[in-house]
Amino acid sequence: MGGGGTIEWAKLCAMRNWFVIFTVLCIAGCGSTWNDPYPASDRDKSILYLAFTERPRHLDPARSYSEDEASINAQIYEPPLQYHYLKRPYTLVPLTAAAVPRPKYYDAQNRLLPQDADAKSIAYSLYEIRLKPGIHYQPHPAFARDENGKLLYQNLTRKDLESIDDLADFRKTGTRELLASDYVYEIKRLADPRIQSPIAGLMSEYILGFREFSQRLQKDPAADLSKCEMSGVEARDRYTYTIKVRGKYPQFVYWLAMSFFAPLPPEVDHFYSQPGMAGKNLVLDWHPVGTGPYMLTENNPNSRMVLMRNPNFHSETYPSSGMPGDEAVLKDAGKTLPFIDQVVFSREKESIPYWNKFLQGYYDVSGITSDNFDQAITMSVQGEAQVSKDMAKQGIELKTSVAPSIRYMAFNMLDPVVGGNSRRARLLRQAVSIALDFEENISIFANGRGIPAQGPLPPGIFGYHSGRDGINPVVYDWADGEAKRKSIMEAKKLLADAGYPDGRDSETGKPLVLYLDSTGRGADDKTRFDWYRKEFARINIQLEVRATDYNRFQEKIRKGSAQIFTWGWNADYPDPENFLFLLYGPQGKVKYGGENSANYDNPEYDRLFEKMKNMENSPERQAIIDRMVAILREDSPWMWGFYPKDYQLNHVWLSNLKPNQMARNNVKYLRIDAKLRGRMRREWNRPVLWPLAFAIMGLGLIVVPALRYYRRREEGRAK
Amino acid sequence: MIAYLIRRLLYAVPILVGVNLLTFALFFVVNTPDDMARIQLGIKRVTPDAIHNWKVAHGYDKPLFFNPGESGSNFFTDTIFFEKSVPMFRFEFGRSDDGRDIAQEIESRAGPSLEIALPVFLIGMMTNVSFALMMAFFRATLVDVWGVVMCVAAMSISGLFYIIGGQFLVAKLWHWVPISGFEAGASSLKFVILPVVIGVASGLGSGARWYRTIFLEEIGRDYVRTAKAKGISEIRVLFHHVLRNGLIPILTGAVVVIPSLFMGSLIMESFFGIPGLGSYTLDAINSQDFAIVRSMVFIGSVLYIIGLMLTDISYTLADPRIRLQ
Repeated sequence: MGGGGTIEWAKLCAMRNWFVIFTVLCIAGCGSTWNDPYPASDRDKSILYLAFTERPRHLDPARSYSEDEASINAQIYEPPLQYHYLKRPYTLVPLTAAAVPRPKYYDAQNRLLPQDADAKSIAYSLYEIRLKPGIHYQPHPAFARDENGKLLYQNLTRKDLESIDDLADFRKTGTRELLASDYVYEIKRLADPRIQSPIAGLMSEYILGFREFSQRLQKDPAADLSKCEMSGVEARDRYTYTIKVRGKYPQFVYWLAMSFFAPLPPEVDHFYSQPGMAGKNLVLDWHPVGTGPYMLTENNPNSRMVLMRNPNFHSETYPSSGMPGDEAVLKDAGKTLPFIDQVVFSREKESIPYWNKFLQGYYDVSGITSDNFDQAITMSVQGEAQVSKDMAKQGIELKTSVAPSIRYMAFNMLDPVVGGNSRRARLLRQAVSIALDFEENISIFANGRGIPAQGPLPPGIFGYHSGRDGINPVVYDWADGEAKRKSIMEAKKLLADAGYPDGRDSETGKPLVLYLDSTGRGADDKTRFDWYRKEFARINIQLEVRATDYNRFQEKIRKGSAQIFTWGWNADYPDPENFLFLLYGPQGKVKYGGENSANYDNPEYDRLFEKMKNMENSPERQAIIDRMVAILREDSPWMWGFYPKDYQLNHVWLSNLKPNQMARNNVKYLRIDAKLRGRMRREWNRPVLWPLAFAIMGLGLIVVPALRYYRRREEGRAK
Repeated sequence: MIAYLIRRLLYAVPILVGVNLLTFALFFVVNTPDDMARIQLGIKRVTPDAIHNWKVAHGYDKPLFFNPGESGSNFFTDTIFFEKSVPMFRFEFGRSDDGRDIAQEIESRAGPSLEIALPVFLIGMMTNVSFALMMAFFRATLVDVWGVVMCVAAMSISGLFYIIGGQFLVAKLWHWVPISGFEAGASSLKFVILPVVIGVASGLGSGARWYRTIFLEEIGRDYVRTAKAKGISEIRVLFHHVLRNGLIPILTGAVVVIPSLFMGSLIMESFFGIPGLGSYTLDAINSQDFAIVRSMVFIGSVLYIIGLMLTDISYTLADPRIRLQ
């Protein structure tokens, strides 16, 4: 009996121990969150948490051109101009410049011309940019000086670098004032063939002396950029520099709001160019140095990148005016920027973890993928998108905006069937344009996030018309106050007029087969292809899909062997020229390697384009654009597709957020209520402990009988 | 044994050259240097000059395998293949196409990969062996039958399901650990627990079933009957005698993967945001960064060869009758 009592006692003790462990876990679970991916020391701090999916390739302002890179670089580098955060249409305002420069025009004899001078008489435009004094760079070892004022880290040997693995290993940092010569130096870097700036080709057409400078560096790669002169760019004094642009190019001013034209101090370039630095990945391409509100303090593009507030940031205040309805984002008007101390970009390669962490409150902003669209968005009775009830309960807000971009289907105008200027080909293109129902396409494949395009110009760009005036009369009719796609019968009639009655060639009697060239070969793409086939079949055209890999597809486009393909364009700047040049003849992909992938070539259109591109926005320019768009609609080199709508979700604790599709330097305007975020995170992420109890009980149910069986077997007789 | 190992090392050289040659051929069948340049330079405003400059800067402006413009040895050496391959045999991997030092990247990423792969390997091995021995112990009972059924069921489920299901239940619904992320040092524990558990669970079905088969074969042997007849407990028989004698086939499958643990897991690292070598390779394939792809394939081959040699050595340790000659 005594032995049995001991066993029972031992069992009771074991049960008690489990109970104590479980209770401790419960208490621990009630008090804090276990799933917080950030250090406990960062809780309730003014930190903005964002995610990035693609690791940035370049952070050198002369090379960086992607949106992912811009979301980091734009917080660090400051070009002379920026877009007004709140005003629409997008408006340029000064950033480090004292004012937005107005070009002065000169003829070939260097005589000043009036502002309304004929573009043909203008030999060059002079942009004089005057900087605000007193702007300083972020602290950086490249600026560190010894007591004699000599730069400390400019002549490092490999031995000096032995103990250096990171920028933080340099003991001293320094700063200096922003100078006009830093902007000049950066423009010279754009021309340097070693840098491989993506805009070098374009700028060589416009900036005087750019091409020659580039050729000189090609011959002498070791040349010191600060000592070589570029004839079209000059630092006039400490705070003023000028750029001479060939002819008249009013769009040039928009480039001055991009990081390509941000300043770069020569000593920083020299610092990173020292032998041994590249072997430690200490290069300008990965360690940006700027005057902006933030500086990059942790650079691990595989995992996370951290921006800290730049202690030397110059005085800038929140805008005091915006658009009607902007009252909610004008509460901080006039206050000093930035509001947030730190920005943490974490790498999320997969959409599922990204989305779930946003719902748990560990990201402050998120986009919406097709997979989680239904969970996030519901449509109101009026057809307006709004966050679902669950999301609204969490205080999640939705911001939508139409991107200055277009997704379209293009006909290759060099193709013998769909291309060319013949009436037959034009009617065929028009018929297909009517048959392909992009309203349905947007609804099925983009969850309604898009506006059917009526031409190449999206809303918000000068030249765009809304309402009745803006419809494409080739594809739409205006009925009951809205654009209605023409009936399929009209498409069939156009097809018959083109010589393909019932989808058969009237001369040969053979069925008309068209080819869609595409890169997609996944399951989702198959659905899309089936939809395209169905749409073409509505007018009895057989569609064959020629799916291939990305490289071969690009090759087809370059060589002009594709027939019909989907394509897209995101604007560099909010000017109609940046869209209409996509159909300009001398931009033809096959002949000139340009951006006109449809290889459209219409002399009248080209002539109008050349006139329009040099004009200021005016009724006259509008009239020319209207004529150009009319020509395009008639010729139908593109099925106009749609203008994508961006949906962005943010938590209630993030304020001052207004989508700005042109500017990426928006972090400085945002404000975080970190205390509210901390409270809500704790509320949403309490550990659920009952599964743990079940798991322990389940384990007990397995282990106890197993032990009994083992003991019985050990104590049993051998058989 | 030394002579044997030297011979194996010499065999490795043509294998590595062959692997390298195949990697080159396969990669450049799909991608031309022009394609690589376009991917790196972006799709907007890429001019032929920019492509040419990129190729010159990265050493892709030469012929692939043979240079008809050169004579003598230059016919072979003044080529992309030669210039990119030879440094690798000195373990000089150069820079990735986006300019970062590959050796340093590998060094910094091997740690996070190992933090997942090593526990998955060790705990997985122990769990699989224990579970297999348990099924062998309960052989021909309901426990064994259900154990095998569970193993087959577990084998039939995709690895991706374990990851997504694990993240959904443990991280999203129950809030026990972060869904994804990584931190170096002791703080990494909360990030690696779930991937490790999922890694172990997803390998349990196939591993335990395979080991069960080995152990059942051993259990039927005479020495087991003799041990039992001597009154040795069943547990001791299993863990001391059966396990030891069943080691050879286990070592064949296990030791070979030890060096490759550095290479990480492609999918697991992607889903859990672990900045390891698995996600490095995957990113490189997606961005057509040939410098990284060929380096990782080369390192993978070297590690696999080392793994095979370690396996041979482990045989001699596990079974003294085996001699390497």
